[in-house]
Amino acid sequence: MTTAINGLSLGGIYAMIALGYTMVYGIAKMLNFAHGDVIMIGGYMIYVTMATGNPLLAIAVAVLSCVILGVTIEKVAYKPLRGASPLAVLITAIGISYLLQSLAQIIFGSAAKMVTVYELGSIQFLGATVQLSALVTLGVTVVVMAALTLFVKFTRVGRAMIAVSEDRGAAQLMGINVNGIITLTFAIGSALAALAGLFYLLKAPNVSSTMGAMPGIKAFTAAVIGGIGSIPGAMLGGILLGIVESVSYKFAAIAPYTDAIEFSILIIILLVRPNGFLGKKRREKV
Amino acid sequence: MKLGKIKVKHYVNYAAIGALTLVMGIMTLAGNKFDNSTLFLMEKMSISIILAVSLSLVVGFLGELSLGHAGFMCVGAYLSGKVASLLEPTMGNGPLTLLIALLVGAGAAAACGIVIGIPALRLRGDYLAIVTLAFGEIVKSLFQNSSDETFGGSLGLSTPRYDKNYLFLYGFILVLITLFVVQNLMRSKHGRAITAIRDNEIAARATGTNVTKYKLLAFTLSAAFAGIAGVLYSYSNYTVQSMKFGYNYSIEILVMVVLGGMGNINGAIISAALITYLNTQLPTILTGDLAVLQNLLYAIILIVIVIYNNAPALKGFRDKYNFKALTRKLRKKEVDPAHVKDDEAKWDVVPTKIDMDEILSVDMTPQDPNITWKRGGDK
Amino acid sequence: MAEYILETKGLGISFGGLKAAQDVDIKIRKRQIYGLIGPNGAGKTTIFNLLTCVYKPTAGTFYLDGEEMKGLTPDKINRKGIARTFQNIRLFNNMTVIRNVMVGLQHRPEFKCSVIESLLRLPRHFKVEKAMRAKAKELLRIFDLEQDRNDLACNLPYGKQRKLEIARALATDPKLLLLDEPAAGMNPHETEDLAHTIRKIRDGFDLTILLIEHDMGFVSDLCDEITVLNFGTVLAQGDTKTALQDPEVIKAYIGG
Repeated sequence: MTTAINGLSLGGIYAMIALGYTMVYGIAKMLNFAHGDVIMIGGYMIYVTMATGNPLLAIAVAVLSCVILGVTIEKVAYKPLRGASPLAVLITAIGISYLLQSLAQIIFGSAAKMVTVYELGSIQFLGATVQLSALVTLGVTVVVMAALTLFVKFTRVGRAMIAVSEDRGAAQLMGINVNGIITLTFAIGSALAALAGLFYLLKAPNVSSTMGAMPGIKAFTAAVIGGIGSIPGAMLGGILLGIVESVSYKFAAIAPYTDAIEFSILIIILLVRPNGFLGKKRREKV
Repeated sequence: MKLGKIKVKHYVNYAAIGALTLVMGIMTLAGNKFDNSTLFLMEKMSISIILAVSLSLVVGFLGELSLGHAGFMCVGAYLSGKVASLLEPTMGNGPLTLLIALLVGAGAAAACGIVIGIPALRLRGDYLAIVTLAFGEIVKSLFQNSSDETFGGSLGLSTPRYDKNYLFLYGFILVLITLFVVQNLMRSKHGRAITAIRDNEIAARATGTNVTKYKLLAFTLSAAFAGIAGVLYSYSNYTVQSMKFGYNYSIEILVMVVLGGMGNINGAIISAALITYLNTQLPTILTGDLAVLQNLLYAIILIVIVIYNNAPALKGFRDKYNFKALTRKLRKKEVDPAHVKDDEAKWDVVPTKIDMDEILSVDMTPQDPNITWKRGGDK
Repeated sequence: MAEYILETKGLGISFGGLKAAQDVDIKIRKRQIYGLIGPNGAGKTTIFNLLTCVYKPTAGTFYLDGEEMKGLTPDKINRKGIARTFQNIRLFNNMTVIRNVMVGLQHRPEFKCSVIESLLRLPRHFKVEKAMRAKAKELLRIFDLEQDRNDLACNLPYGKQRKLEIARALATDPKLLLLDEPAAGMNPHETEDLAHTIRKIRDGFDLTILLIEHDMGFVSDLCDEITVLNFGTVLAQGDTKTALQDPEVIKAYIGG
């Protein structure tokens, strides 16, 4: 039971990151390698602002600065490459990821910093100890997912996003501001990354320059498992991955191989079902 | 073969590295001892060059991104190190053992290349990048958690010591072999097929290119040479630790390829040597917390070069100020279009026009008597 | 020798319920120039994609020179003798013009040369490279591209790119050449010339040609027979003049 709850809360974090990946991938058609590092920057912003002792302010600052960062990255690094080969975009994204990590290390040093945002206790539930942070994570993720789904389905801007994702050229001809939509997508994705950073800190109160890298890659795995581009898919994939990870940690014999297991699942999914569980099939027009 | 202008250009890199090997080899045989840091630097450089040239096969020529190159190297390093230490008691640690270690390392890495190449055939670029990244992490994790008796676990595997005075020469020879294979491949019909796949996979298929075969070939060869670099690594370092072969190392190799200019083998060689040199020198300047400035530098190199080389908005600027355009002024030779040698690229000499009339007046019968349009080939 | 060079039997494909092509029967004789016409979205390019095995048919099959071709891969079908051009030109943009043609040539059996032979630079490598280069030059000469052979394909003007694509397709030694809107973007004078060129290619290379085109003048001038498609099904078929005057065809084009 405890394992299951742990898995769900970890899954919630992964789902939150995966949502960001999926939004950006679905609309800007690029794999934003630096997404995990935006989480890290969010974590550091919380750490810095927590000096004031006001958690709500810290969260607000983190979200705002991540949004600014995400939009800046998009404008400076990705926008000039629109229309260039996907390989170039991918390598630039890797460069940005590397850049953010080394900048954080230069500014904050390589040692991890402790920061406690909220002291959330635990409750007893059906004989198991349940961390309140797990429940908060899960709850907020579900709410965010639902809100995003509704936003995309029922608002003008949301429908414009779908249009850009389907056919950028046609969307432009229909008078949609494609650049604006892509920027907005990055803004949303980065805000989600900041929230993911917060949940990460609720679970383990350490900030370091590499804290975003591994969760970032794993969350991408989650997004792929769920079907990239699909909002509920990201949620599903994140939860699945979280459960796999906590179950794997539970057994001493396979615990050290947890990463290997998760990545093997990724490779198998890509081989067997490259579009994930809820993804759409895409074919190149000849 | 005739010693045309182009041919000489093709052999410059062999000549440079070959001459270096020869001079240093003679010096070593004559009893000259290089100091340890020089020897180590040269071993490292040959490892880096092999890695960069082999990665360039996949990234520069096939146009796929591999983020697991260090993983292939890791496989080569561990397996060859294990084989070498098993053979040492009976066979000693001579060139023969090295040869066997090389074959094992290259073979094992190539086998992994095939395993990873198979998804490569079905996946789009960014998914493939993630699969190779995942592969690198899996390999790292498996060796990390191996038992002490098999691969040394988290402490790493100790490998036999090889005579340091000669190892770098083997490194140089292996660089030459890598160049020989990669360049000969790229300058043949098979290399043309690989670049055709990069440029337009659908058209490559439609003109009869067996995409599966060539993707797998590029992947496997690239992995095999990464394995060879791993063998050199294990011989050069006495100990192999899986932690060293992570994502960051793969990125470092990628930086070498990008800095050298994608698909430019000589560029990859120079930038691999340069970055390896910087890697040994920068830590002495940038100590403590400043060490991370090195990573910052690589990140900036990666971003700036890729944006400069690929941004559609900068195309006009690039055409105006590229290496060829700048040196053309120095050469300043007007070329008669009728006598242009094949493959000597000339972007702006011949005026281009659309005129179908010309075709109508052309005689369809081939001018060369050996060529016919008859199906089934020339006699 | 089969009576028809190409014969499709009940060929069809559906994408998740949408029938992009259905019950298409086309019979093309040797050395015919055959037209495939129809309004936008009628499934013309889909037929090309089926014939070049880019898509797998969900119904029916087709024969090239009497041999069943269904289920091959695009590269195998090309080596069996079907070559094509694309509606939106697909060249190897970062390769020179002559290399574009050589990629087409190099899969012919007479230019066989294994990877090992190339790596070790055995005599066959040089022999094959030289022969391919000579043949590529001849092909480029016919299309008036010999002067441009060392330019990058992406630097050619539009008309030359179209010609290069045809040259590359011919290099693969096809029995049947599929041209997807070869006259698109050309002025009337160029279109007229293209018609002559296509005839000339047919005679010079002993080919059968199947082409998609919107220009009715061009089609009626050039094609011996046509098939008119609408919504993925055959609307009319046969002799060009008769088929074009079919009331159903006129209705489909003019609407009503």
